[in-house]
Amino acid sequence: MKNVIIRESAYDPWLLLGKFQHARFGDSAEYGATAVFTGTMRDFNEGDTVRAMTLEHYPGMTEAQLQRLIDEAKSRWEVIDCFIAHRVGQINPAETIVITAAWSAHRNAAFEACRYLIEELKHSAPFWKKERLADDSERWVTQNTAG
Amino acid sequence: MITIRYFASLREQLGKEQERIEPAGAMTALDAWKSANDGRMPPDNVLVAINQSYASLDAAVNAGDEVAFFPPVTGG
Repeated sequence: MKNVIIRESAYDPWLLLGKFQHARFGDSAEYGATAVFTGTMRDFNEGDTVRAMTLEHYPGMTEAQLQRLIDEAKSRWEVIDCFIAHRVGQINPAETIVITAAWSAHRNAAFEACRYLIEELKHSAPFWKKERLADDSERWVTQNTAG
Repeated sequence: MITIRYFASLREQLGKEQERIEPAGAMTALDAWKSANDGRMPPDNVLVAINQSYASLDAAVNAGDEVAFFPPVTGG
């Protein structure tokens, strides 16, 4: 199973994670820690109600950039493997946008790598959000929240 | 030929998503932008990728390359 998945349809993050973990590790007991971040679409932003969102990306570069982040995480920490999934296209509130996950023997590397993946994804992965507001007007999100 | 691609709000502002230009000698990404956009400068916050890896505006581009210009990213 691939370490990077770009999805155009809604998904259950826990099913997708379970599927990856089972395919990647099976009954192996080499990892003792799994750290997971999931990002979910809110129904508000900058004081406005948000009805829906369109996520554009740069096919090809997106996958390559996310793979580069995983390679970098593996070189910085003693992680055994990492996983990233990200939605594109039309997204509704309460749907999962992103998953980053890391597996390691001990918890510190997993926590650090998982956080690195989501922070760097927000800085460097070529995705762009466009929000649809309550009055059906649309606006591009121009920057991510600080955290 | 050099393929130029634009994404997100920049694509909408320019009203185009892709075009091809003939390389004119040694060119940088900035030269490619100017050549395709009537000599105007790109926005200050523009990001550049050459062949799907981040690059700077003064990086060299060659025939067969894909150069992309886009605004700050907002995924996650």
